[in-house]
Amino acid sequence: MFVNQFLFLAAVLFCIGVYGVVARKNAVLMLMSIELILNSVNINLLTFALRSGSTDGHVFALYIIAVAAAEVGVGLGLVLLVYRNKKTISLDDLSEMRG
Amino acid sequence: MIAQNIGFWIIAIVMIVAALRVVTTNNVVHAALWLVVVLAGAAAQYILLAAEFVAVTQVLVYIGAVMVLFLFGTMLTRARIGAESDLNNSYKKLGIPVGLVMLVAMGLALVSSFGDEKLPQTTTVVSSQEISDQIFGPYLLPFWALSFVLLAAVVGAIVLARKD
Repeated sequence: MFVNQFLFLAAVLFCIGVYGVVARKNAVLMLMSIELILNSVNINLLTFALRSGSTDGHVFALYIIAVAAAEVGVGLGLVLLVYRNKKTISLDDLSEMRG
Repeated sequence: MIAQNIGFWIIAIVMIVAALRVVTTNNVVHAALWLVVVLAGAAAQYILLAAEFVAVTQVLVYIGAVMVLFLFGTMLTRARIGAESDLNNSYKKLGIPVGLVMLVAMGLALVSSFGDEKLPQTTTVVSSQEISDQIFGPYLLPFWALSFVLLAAVVGAIVLARKD
């Protein structure tokens, strides 16, 4: 197995995630795209952990999973609050801070 | 090692198709279910990379907990479950060149940096004992910080979401 096949897979997933963040208007779908990006980073970390023979990458990957779980919890709490106040989660409608 | 390669490519193609469906489908629940496919494929890739413990954690945390959160978020913020037409930005065409440019840049960097370097052949997985020795040894301070991050996230989510 080549190093690059895993890194290319991670790059493709990352770019799909970036496209999702740019293209999606729905806040929940944007959070899902961020999950795609975080997973591609995890694939990269574990590839380099296997390449270098150390376990540091595994620890980083586990920490990223924990941070992603916290991020989703807070993010969906925010989405819920926005929905309760504005009756929409379309990110284009949240423009109060536009100058 | 041929079998591992075949497994890699099958899982990789399934993951990419599912990821494309996540960002293009018009149904939020379908997007969540396609995301399950991507996350399960990522767990399989972790096993191919000899990272058994991380793969199990991925299944438990992502597929078990995060997806339930996503489905609850969908359920609580939408009146109806079904296809919608206004999930995308008006400038979503802009995302395609952005993604392609990033992909080309990263691809060129990867080819020039790693070429056809092979991963070392391994028959042993990284045991959870080694990982725990790392977490509770040199990485103990980040572990504590992460505990507080999770605590703050749980408290914050409750404070944000409760009705008062």
